[in-house]
Amino acid sequence: MIGYLLRRLLGAIPLLLGILTIIFFVMQLAPGDPTTTLFSNPNVPPEVIEQMRENLGLNQPLHIQYWRWLTSFLVGDWGTSFGQNRPIADILPATLWNTLQLTLISLVIIFALGMLIGIVQAVRQYSIADNVLTFVALFFYSMPSFWLALMLILVFSMKAAEWGWPAWLQLPASQMTTVGAEYLPPGEQLVDRIKHLILPAIALGIGSAAGVARYMRGSMLEVIHQDFIRTARAKGLSERTVIFKHALRNALIPIITLLGLYLPFLLSGAVLVETIFAWPGMGRLIVDAIFQRDYPLVMATSFVIAAIVVLGNLLSDVLYAVVDPRIRND
Amino acid sequence: MRASPDVESVPPEPLPNAGNAMAGAPVRAAGVTWTRIAAAVLAWGLLSGLVMLSSPKVVGLREARRVQVDMYVAILTLALLFLGLLWWTVKGVVLRGSRPARARGDSQWAIAGRHFRKNRMAMAGLLIMILLYLVTLITPLIAPYDPAAQGDIVMTRYLPPSWDHPMGTDKFGRDIFSRVLYGARISLSIGFIAVGISVTLGTLVGAVGGYFGGMVDSILMRLTDMMLSFPRLVLLIVVIALFEPSIWLVVTVLGLTGWMGTARIVRGEVLSLREREFVQAARALGMGDMRIILRHVVPNTLAPVIVSATLGIGLTILTEASLSFLGLGVQPPTPSWGNMVADGRDALIQAWWIATFPGLAIVFTVIAFNLLGDGLRDALDPRLRT
Repeated sequence: MIGYLLRRLLGAIPLLLGILTIIFFVMQLAPGDPTTTLFSNPNVPPEVIEQMRENLGLNQPLHIQYWRWLTSFLVGDWGTSFGQNRPIADILPATLWNTLQLTLISLVIIFALGMLIGIVQAVRQYSIADNVLTFVALFFYSMPSFWLALMLILVFSMKAAEWGWPAWLQLPASQMTTVGAEYLPPGEQLVDRIKHLILPAIALGIGSAAGVARYMRGSMLEVIHQDFIRTARAKGLSERTVIFKHALRNALIPIITLLGLYLPFLLSGAVLVETIFAWPGMGRLIVDAIFQRDYPLVMATSFVIAAIVVLGNLLSDVLYAVVDPRIRND
Repeated sequence: MRASPDVESVPPEPLPNAGNAMAGAPVRAAGVTWTRIAAAVLAWGLLSGLVMLSSPKVVGLREARRVQVDMYVAILTLALLFLGLLWWTVKGVVLRGSRPARARGDSQWAIAGRHFRKNRMAMAGLLIMILLYLVTLITPLIAPYDPAAQGDIVMTRYLPPSWDHPMGTDKFGRDIFSRVLYGARISLSIGFIAVGISVTLGTLVGAVGGYFGGMVDSILMRLTDMMLSFPRLVLLIVVIALFEPSIWLVVTVLGLTGWMGTARIVRGEVLSLREREFVQAARALGMGDMRIILRHVVPNTLAPVIVSATLGIGLTILTEASLSFLGLGVQPPTPSWGNMVADGRDALIQAWWIATFPGLAIVFTVIAFNLLGDGLRDALDPRLRT
């Protein structure tokens, strides 16, 4: 197991390097550099821009820029953001944590809700509930997350007050906390934070939850029709034990691989959802950085995102091996 | 007068072979004939309604100084629709019973077609898809307003949905319904072209990798893994934000970032096809690698590719809408569903209809493609046929 982990981690290195190299050269291919956005003011004399480009190292040949960036990146010096004028090492951890909060809560929603719906559908196959849930799942699966986010805001933060819904259904539509939340007692701070999390997490997760439900239904149905389930029923186990203990465990195995599949998807969605809910996370950071041609920040953010995805894939493979002893990685 | 000039008023196009299967059946229930007559009457009614709706515009063409190409396309489509319906109606009467029995056995595609036709949800998806593509062709005839016409800015802005404006108006007083119709063109064509690019590329990469194996395969598959492990939307934003956003850039980039799934599927198929006797026979006959791949291997991988392409169109439409929403896709004033939702975001509280209706259009389009794709998968994969 340890050997397998090490081999996988080593295999991830060229992958990450490849992604970084591609992004580096795509950014360099594009017209314009950070100075064009920093000094779009026509009153700035060209000498100043030249000096600025020299200071930032932008007038060097491409391969030298690449080499210099790569070597300093590898030793941990991630440089300074052009746009925010702060070291990237100061910016990244906080935003990363914000995004992780959002995506982890979404992941919980995705798998809990998706699996629950899938199990209900499989146990009551071809019933009305199954058909209705299938269609509802398809509806949410086909929905753009940004539109769902807007509709949630429309209903829960704008119309809820108008229609006189109870206070706990009126949810905030932007930022991570209410203004001045830091003066509240810790209990209320937590409530405030959770209230701010609900809408973005739902907008981000529900589409993928519908996807998980589709997989879960199929995988559960496949297990339920196998012989050992009939044996379990025959020896007089209660239906609950049969479904949750015997069937579910086996149906979960293929679902675990979805964890790795949904991570890049979630991070894509996070870009949109964070933009809409003004959530200060990686998605917004990278979009802002791209528009400002903030090369070092874009590279660092891309690296972190790619690393999360690679780690997620690794985690899902390891879990897969842990859950299913038939699979031998080495 | 203009009662409901909407999507439903387009008559259902006669589905290919839908009639033949029934005509070929030895015993024909009387009910089938009646449903058919009813369907024909309904279709004729809807078509004449459509002609009535569009006649003022067609008459207006005589005065128009410059007629746009899409108007000609729309009229041509309407005429073809008319001829098709005529043929379908007449065929039911004339060809009845005179059809010779088919001597050949059923091909793989015929069997799949039979399974597909039994699947009601999938047929619904197909119908919606055909309707959508028809609507994109005849949009100029059925759209009540010009999508860019701003009207009187004080009187017509932010009008709620009403009889005159079925989906309301936006901040410039433009009719949302007309814009949704025109947006369908952009979304559907982008989806179609981008998936065309990505499926071709994916098939090529998968077939070459799977067929040659070894070094070529591992390089191509590492590249595929690399592309898969980076969030697609972020990559798209990086590329598009750095260049000037335009429709063509969006199409190309969407096509170039969507091929990985197809490549993996095709590679898996090719790995097993490569060892089959017919490929070995082709090799023994001295055929070139390129010819074997294109003539013998790729056609046998087509079924899963078609499924992934259909599902891919839905996904591409979603992605394009996301890009347009962020302001990186189709640029205003050209209407696209994504940038219309983005417009509605600014006025969400006083005009909910601006963001809601284009979003619903996206949802229903993507549902149609997903239903169609699922149905095709069930029909084309022998293991999934019930």
